[in-house]
Amino acid sequence: MTELVTIRRATTSTRVGGGLLALGVVALAMLPYVIVPSQVFRFIDLLVFVVLATMWNLLAGYGGMVSVGQQAYIGIGAYGLVYLADQLGVDAFLAVPLVAVVAAAVAIPVSFLAFRLVGGYFAIGTWVIAEVVRLLTVQVDDLGAGAGTSLRSLSDIDRDLRIAYTYWFALGLATVAVVATYLLIRSRLGIALTAIRDEPTAAASNGVEVTRVKRIVFVVSAAGCGAAGAILALSSLGVQPDSIYSVQWTAYMIFMVIIGGVGTLEGPIVGAVLFYVLREWLAQFGVIYLVVLGAVAIAITLFVPQGLWGAVSRGRLRLFAVGHTVRLPAEPSPTPPARRT
Amino acid sequence: MTGQAPGGALLDLAGVDVHYGDLQAIFGVSLAVAEGETVAVLGANGAGKSTLLKAITGMLPITAGDVRYDGRSLRGAPAHRRAGMGIALVPEGRRLFASLTVEENLLVGGHRARPGPWNRRSVYELFPLLRPLRKRPASVLSGGEQQAVAIGRALMSNPRLLLLDEVSLGLAPIVVKQLYAALPAITASGATVLVVEQDMHQAMAVADRVHCLLEGRTALEAPVSEVTGDQVANAYFGMLPSVVS
Amino acid sequence: MTLVNAVVQGVLLGGMYALFATGLSLMFGVMRIVNLAHGDFAVFGAFFALVLVDSASLSPLVTLLIVVPGMAAFGYLLQRGLLQRAVVASPLPALLVTFGLSIVVQNLLLELFSADQRRLQIGSFETGSFQLTYDLAIGYFPAVVFAIAVALLVGLSLFLRRTQLGRLMRATSDDQETARLMGVDNRNMYALAAAIAFATVGLAGVLNGVQTNFSPASGPTLLIFAFEAVIIGGLGSLWGTLLGGIVLGVAQNVGAWIEPAQQVLAGHLVFLLVLALRPRGLLAKGAPA
Repeated sequence: MTELVTIRRATTSTRVGGGLLALGVVALAMLPYVIVPSQVFRFIDLLVFVVLATMWNLLAGYGGMVSVGQQAYIGIGAYGLVYLADQLGVDAFLAVPLVAVVAAAVAIPVSFLAFRLVGGYFAIGTWVIAEVVRLLTVQVDDLGAGAGTSLRSLSDIDRDLRIAYTYWFALGLATVAVVATYLLIRSRLGIALTAIRDEPTAAASNGVEVTRVKRIVFVVSAAGCGAAGAILALSSLGVQPDSIYSVQWTAYMIFMVIIGGVGTLEGPIVGAVLFYVLREWLAQFGVIYLVVLGAVAIAITLFVPQGLWGAVSRGRLRLFAVGHTVRLPAEPSPTPPARRT
Repeated sequence: MTGQAPGGALLDLAGVDVHYGDLQAIFGVSLAVAEGETVAVLGANGAGKSTLLKAITGMLPITAGDVRYDGRSLRGAPAHRRAGMGIALVPEGRRLFASLTVEENLLVGGHRARPGPWNRRSVYELFPLLRPLRKRPASVLSGGEQQAVAIGRALMSNPRLLLLDEVSLGLAPIVVKQLYAALPAITASGATVLVVEQDMHQAMAVADRVHCLLEGRTALEAPVSEVTGDQVANAYFGMLPSVVS
Repeated sequence: MTLVNAVVQGVLLGGMYALFATGLSLMFGVMRIVNLAHGDFAVFGAFFALVLVDSASLSPLVTLLIVVPGMAAFGYLLQRGLLQRAVVASPLPALLVTFGLSIVVQNLLLELFSADQRRLQIGSFETGSFQLTYDLAIGYFPAVVFAIAVALLVGLSLFLRRTQLGRLMRATSDDQETARLMGVDNRNMYALAAAIAFATVGLAGVLNGVQTNFSPASGPTLLIFAFEAVIIGGLGSLWGTLLGGIVLGVAQNVGAWIEPAQQVLAGHLVFLLVLALRPRGLLAKGAPA
């Protein structure tokens, strides 16, 4: 009787990592009870960064699609929230998931256009689409045209409570975004993505519906960015078109993911934290900080392409169980985990 | 006697290993080709023939041993410099420049031309079928026509060492025969030729010596006059892995 | 302004856009790099000219004699020294590096020159025009730019088709591995292509700086216009970039004629229309021109 090979998804590090992350989320949830609202406020930004970095990485690192236009969905999310809350009377916080659906709904037809382009031209194409969305938005007087608009429906709530609720929704969104990406990558879709990334023609001839898979990733990424935009509108109590549709958001996403590490789940989170800290520290030097960040991004892309998390973990340490470990029969310890799913 | 041919070797591979990443494709192959010789390198798919040519042209680095050309080691010489040294390859699958015409393909081949008898006119004399096709884009030619252009393109540099990688691939036998009929004119001009082939009979018909590869290793090496077709076939398919010299 | 006038202005504007598009198209055609900093380098060229005008009292058009070769040299070195490392199978590194360059260039310019709008002055020639008929006028400067664009495309086309170097460049673009076997060092080819691309970018940047206001933040818009011209015209076609530029220019000007504030949006919408209906562009070819 032949012994069976066992395949495990989890390893020691993922069990420890998973546990730590869960604990971390619980600890973070306690934050508004522990520190003052003005500090909580800053964490909202950090959580939004985590969401944006994870979503950009899903699209580019796993999906192989470099977008320079995700700010379109951030804007749709922010404006969507203000519209739903002020014009349609929806509860501002419950509008967050609704806005994600709206962003996803917009992304579907957009994908048909965008997928006619590939590579660098796809990137610029997404930028054009973001510009079109911006230009169309500022036509609408109900949305404040070029000056933007403010969120009025939350003006009755106590400020500290509003910040706490915004924070909890941001935390919830970040958790959902990371977990959703984790489940997506862990699933058959994740394997299909790797196949497409490695060899699209072979993948297609093996029955992988390349376009459908890419579209799903495109839409999920848009939804996440939309929800992040909604959080931004909640936290700044309004929306301003030149700011929310700015390509600066893409620059932030790219920095975070490059610095943290493309194509891993841990990388964007590490990158978001690092970027947040760096930005706080470097902001005092004025516009030069962007030059420094740009130069750092270039250097890391060329010399440390796996990012900081990649360099530290060297592909072996994982906090998220997306890999496969093969345990051969009659072996005392498992073979090292596969380098990539 | 392994790999040592009379008359001084123009090309001398000594104990060459080649890896694709972690995968080893060539295991300690030694092969010497004398100036003016025609050597056939035979083997099945995956035996390592094209890999060997890639190592000679510098497209792949060697991981052990040495490749010596005209007495000097080629280690460290980048691929684009080897053309100027007189090494020319007719790549597997032709690999013509698709957006260029036949004439333009030849002109690119002559980029690092050494002095010698081969130029556009002599190439068109060798392959008269190409003359009416001069201005056609290479992409619209038939397989046989493309192969002729590929050979002509390699000749334009007036190579001392001409490497032919699977000329017969995907072509009808009669076309292959016509192409190989051009070989005597090529060797007559002084070129040393290394013919890599799956088509055993055609290759042996033109070669002085034959070298068989099996799974990356030398399986047989001998002058053509001293081996039978059966012995070569056995080495080709791996039935009697012996080195006969 | 009549509709006919708007269309004619649009056609001439197309020449400017074709100038921008050529460099972008060339770098993609030869080394498959989409330079996201393309527009920013055009602005860099304009500022380069501005510095020469301010410090040496040169006329902007005379500065071209310095800016164009200077940008060519810069492009060569940038490709050889930096971008070459990003020429790999995956398009991701090149995109990330050029995006990083975009950020660096924009903010360096911002630091050096502030966010103010600038203009390169050449005097009355810029605003002068031929009055063809009662309501049709053709600006001197736009006409000159159009002529320069056509001349550039003719020159480039001749270079690629009739010279050995041009042939080698097309061969490298088709199959750089095999080109290497012929003795072509593809690093040199790429650097040469970059030099030509940057030269055209410098030229376009200076001419644009005469015609419109520019600031450190103007780059992305120029990149988008160049890109739209390339896609509308069709990948791989040199003359396609002229046609694409013309279509874009006409779309923008007709849009402005209908509704003055919507010039740029009109261009975007026509671009999206072409993308939806004829994604390969109007003059698409299978292989590079």
